[in-house]
Amino acid sequence: MSILILLPFISIIFLNFPSKTMTKKVAFWLAAFVALLQVAIVLKHLITHEGFIYDPIFAFFSYGFSIDLLTQVALLSIGIVSFVSLLVARVTISDESQKFNFINLVLIAILGMNVISMTRDLFSTYIFIEVTAISSFILIALTKDKFAVEGAFKYIMLSAIASVLILSSIGLLLLFSQGTSFANIYMALQTHGNEVLFKLGMGMFLCGLFIKCGLVPFHGWLPDAYSSSSAPVSVLLAGIITKASGVYVLLRLVISVFGGVVAVQNIIMLAGVVSIIIGALLSLTQTNFKRLLSYSSISQVGYIILAAGCATPLAILGAIFHFFNHAIFKSLLFVNAAAVEKRIGSVDIDKMGGLATKMPITGGTSVIAFLSTAGIPPLSGFWSKLIIVIALWKAGNTTYAGIALLASIITLGYLLYLQRKVFFGKLEAGLENVKEVEFGLLLPQVLLAAIIIVVGLTFPFILKWL
Amino acid sequence: MTTRLIRSVVGLALTSAMLSILMFRLNSPIAAVFELSVCSGLISVIFVTTASFTSRITEERLEERKKERFVKFWLLPIIIVAVLVLMYFYTKPINFVSPAMPQETDVRHILWNKRHLDLLGQIAALLAAAVGVIVLFKEKK
Repeated sequence: MSILILLPFISIIFLNFPSKTMTKKVAFWLAAFVALLQVAIVLKHLITHEGFIYDPIFAFFSYGFSIDLLTQVALLSIGIVSFVSLLVARVTISDESQKFNFINLVLIAILGMNVISMTRDLFSTYIFIEVTAISSFILIALTKDKFAVEGAFKYIMLSAIASVLILSSIGLLLLFSQGTSFANIYMALQTHGNEVLFKLGMGMFLCGLFIKCGLVPFHGWLPDAYSSSSAPVSVLLAGIITKASGVYVLLRLVISVFGGVVAVQNIIMLAGVVSIIIGALLSLTQTNFKRLLSYSSISQVGYIILAAGCATPLAILGAIFHFFNHAIFKSLLFVNAAAVEKRIGSVDIDKMGGLATKMPITGGTSVIAFLSTAGIPPLSGFWSKLIIVIALWKAGNTTYAGIALLASIITLGYLLYLQRKVFFGKLEAGLENVKEVEFGLLLPQVLLAAIIIVVGLTFPFILKWL
Repeated sequence: MTTRLIRSVVGLALTSAMLSILMFRLNSPIAAVFELSVCSGLISVIFVTTASFTSRITEERLEERKKERFVKFWLLPIIIVAVLVLMYFYTKPINFVSPAMPQETDVRHILWNKRHLDLLGQIAALLAAAVGVIVLFKEKK
């Protein structure tokens, strides 16, 4: 599995040090190969149930790598979403230099996210969160237009606060533990968990992660960053970057370190349920396609966090699967938005209407994504939400389970509104000559829709196999 | 507090230098050297270089900024005083004794022999920063 760390790193070196004229031609294919190889390796491990194989390069790094189901799902999501983002970039970014810079930054982000997924050390996690964050800032500001730079600036400011909180908390936790590995922190929690400074460290770390996840009330940067960035960057940010650098780390800490602490569980569940409600309610008021999807992301991430806070094995399973499902259906929705923006030149939903007649594939895949987001059977989103609600109910969190169910109705409401305004209803004046997008943007839409349908239909068998 | 970028940079460099002295006093010479050379030295040079690319603020804008700069922070001193008062009355002293430190405390040994992955992370961060500079500052011909 060390190839998942070394290959992006070597690719970046290869693309930048020899002749750029030559490497610019192969940049897209190299990056696509890296992403697809990652998907292939992880699928092979998942299908064959191979355990962790001794890897001499891992041994060189001397500590702290491990591969479990959560890591495999994260790596699979990273590979798929990165590949889709590259496909979208190939069509939507016309400037070759900008495309080359985008590919470099995506490879750095892949490296960062892969290490976050595999390491079992808190400080290394922090370092690679920063690596992913630096590449994200620049990706958001890639087009250098006013709104993109503003979105990037907001993200930098809040991310800097998160970094200070996380780094300070590592310093506080290090006062009690013999090292920064998850095992060391867990042992320190058993012996010094009641100390004021230890609790302060845990609290600060959680605050930092809540900012990274974009949870309410730390979500201020998220809608601006997602909506102001270019199409492929929105796909990458919403699809995987926020999840890998925030949600994954939170899930990992709940599983490996803090999960048994009742106070931490309650705080995480509260943050999750507040994000579900506020994200869903704020989505109802949006008229910008991408901003609506951004607030929807906040709400859906809330489901993952709510399940993580519940911390029973069933809830963690639900969280892991919703992590994957959200990566897929949110990416698909943003690719739909990219397709519409390419044809209309706007993301204002008041200027859209009846586009399904002119863009049938985009419209059809959008319906699949929205049904999965709303948790309608038999699509993939239904299963993960069902598992989360059942897990909450069985653990005695009936109020939270009820709120999660009611919020699904609000989710259905705002997505139906979106579908009606954009794809259905009367064709808006001036859109008569709109055509379906080219193959380069159809392929990622069909691919993601196929994943949603296949995973949804075969989920009971997948669960049995795993 | 100043309106001039260069004065802010000099202030940052002086603060880093004082922090470096504190680190020497706390028996962390290697951290102190890093703080002095990187934060006080290199980062200040980078800030000054970047500031040299910007255009000078006009006198009218400078006067406008001087008047309005602190108005939006009117609540901050009140919050600070309130927090200090609450801390004085409600916090207890923390009697903290750190558990035994691990045997190996040489930073050089830890950095080069135990934290290879973090060094890879630093290289990746530098690469990201280099691409960032190209993306944000390179002008099209």
